[in-house]
Amino acid sequence: MLSKNGAKYFFLIGTGFFFAIFLGLTYDSLKQVPKQTHEENLTPQVVRGKNLFDKSNCMGCHTILGEGAYYAPELTKVYETKGADWIKNMLTDPEAVYPGARKMRKYKFTEGEKDDLVAFLKWISEIETNGYPAKPVNQ
Amino acid sequence: MKYKSQKIAYYFFAFSMLLLFLQICYGFVMGFARIGYDVLHEWIPFNEARTTHTNLLVVWLLSGFMGAAYYIIPEEGDRELEWPWLGMVQFWSLAVVAVTAVIGFHFSWWEGRKFLEIPRELDYLVVVNVLAFIANIGMTLYKSKRKTTTAGIIFFGLFAAALFYLPGMIDSDNQTIDSFFRWWVVHLWVEGVWELIMGGILSFLLIKLTGIDREVIEKWLYVIVGLTFLSGILGIGHHYYFIGTPNYWLWIGGFFSALEPLAFLGMAIFAITMSKKGGRNHPNMLALKWSLACSILSFVGAGFLGFAHTLPNINVWTHGTLVTGMHGHLAFWGAYASLVLAIITYALPQITGRKLFDTGIAEYAFWASNIGMVAMTTAFGVAGVAQVVLERRMGMDFLAVQTEIQPHFIGLLLAATLFTSGILAYIYVFVKSGLPRQDLGEIYDK
Repeated sequence: MLSKNGAKYFFLIGTGFFFAIFLGLTYDSLKQVPKQTHEENLTPQVVRGKNLFDKSNCMGCHTILGEGAYYAPELTKVYETKGADWIKNMLTDPEAVYPGARKMRKYKFTEGEKDDLVAFLKWISEIETNGYPAKPVNQ
Repeated sequence: MKYKSQKIAYYFFAFSMLLLFLQICYGFVMGFARIGYDVLHEWIPFNEARTTHTNLLVVWLLSGFMGAAYYIIPEEGDRELEWPWLGMVQFWSLAVVAVTAVIGFHFSWWEGRKFLEIPRELDYLVVVNVLAFIANIGMTLYKSKRKTTTAGIIFFGLFAAALFYLPGMIDSDNQTIDSFFRWWVVHLWVEGVWELIMGGILSFLLIKLTGIDREVIEKWLYVIVGLTFLSGILGIGHHYYFIGTPNYWLWIGGFFSALEPLAFLGMAIFAITMSKKGGRNHPNMLALKWSLACSILSFVGAGFLGFAHTLPNINVWTHGTLVTGMHGHLAFWGAYASLVLAIITYALPQITGRKLFDTGIAEYAFWASNIGMVAMTTAFGVAGVAQVVLERRMGMDFLAVQTEIQPHFIGLLLAATLFTSGILAYIYVFVKSGLPRQDLGEIYDK
């Protein structure tokens, strides 16, 4: 029968072992991410867009790469499906795009800021995401 | 209560009650918005309500863990807390930081990173605050002659939780790397080191409530926390499926996160077996009920419902939908919220000298909140599955689907009303129990 000391070593050795593997995988992932996310396209404009995305807490309603809240649409591929102009219209006056529908906050973004956000969403849409979001079954 | 300094726990518990109440209020703001009554949109838009809701959860649970530690550590270590004054300073500074953060959210003072929204300036204050807490309980244990496994595991869990707050402060311009380290905090907390705190607090409660030999309970505690890390560390891979990280995370995350329910199953079997074997008929059976509810619902919410959508071929459809909301609600309720409510139910009579655990209202609080939360989870689940089928599988428009699933949110609000009535009853019992008493003594032997 397992003794208390045996149980203790199971905990300590198991934890140490798997944490070491995790650190190794982290190291490898961080090496591969620049390629998989096309970091060469991560321009200052994209970074400005990301900061604006964070500052406006878009994740408080939307998801991006599937992460965030579930009140508003997933944005990973919005650049691909809707295009730049549509996104900029939405950022200008959401109610005009979706009259009477669930409300989005109306931000006072400048034209430059809207371009930054579009650039960020374009960069996001090009990340290799292992098949997410999946195409609907009948399309 | 054996030691005077244990009553510091009371303030943390009281603060938890206040924040839990506020958390529920913001939940209702969102629930009504979802059925079309977004009447507060101009003042509290959804993203403010959502951020406040989740951050209040994190803070009230942490405050509950800290209160639990201030109660348990002196008792396990057989001595007064090393610096009781520092405990009170830490309490007030935690309260000031938390209230500032909540007010700040309403002025868009935030980082916009899910769960870790509090602004960087406040992050530093949190670090100082937690260091003061860790130093206090650490020194108390260090200087004590009695070293127990239960106290050690709780301390290690809290220490590791403090340590793993730091990766959340790693900045990156790359969204993927930003997210990668955000999960170091969020995942390694709730599916890692917080489970240590949970196991430790549960084992303290079981030792006290069932009278079973400490050696037996603590042996199984090691096995359970061993299983937690064996599965949970690499189980982080389920957050790395689709965010721009290498595809080996699909099978590593799938395999190890499929094992994660084992630790919760172990926790449930452990609590049920110990409470059945326990020879002593403890007067505070309600605390035992809360402990059992915690272990069983954590298995259902965190273990089973987590498993239900953790495999990558399923998660590719459910990722970023209300299915996650379903899992999240019962997981947090089962594993951590009911744990804090269990330790409060046990410790409060000791601290205040008033026994209200035998009353009908305390019993009502238990049943209404638990049944209410299970019903809320069901509503989220039905809405989530419908969303996955219509939007993700069939390709219907997001907003059209949201209109389709609106009725489930009426169900959610009804369930939430039952839940809230239970929580209000719990808070009523808390308030009625009065303030900490000045004398010492063991209330359960009388």
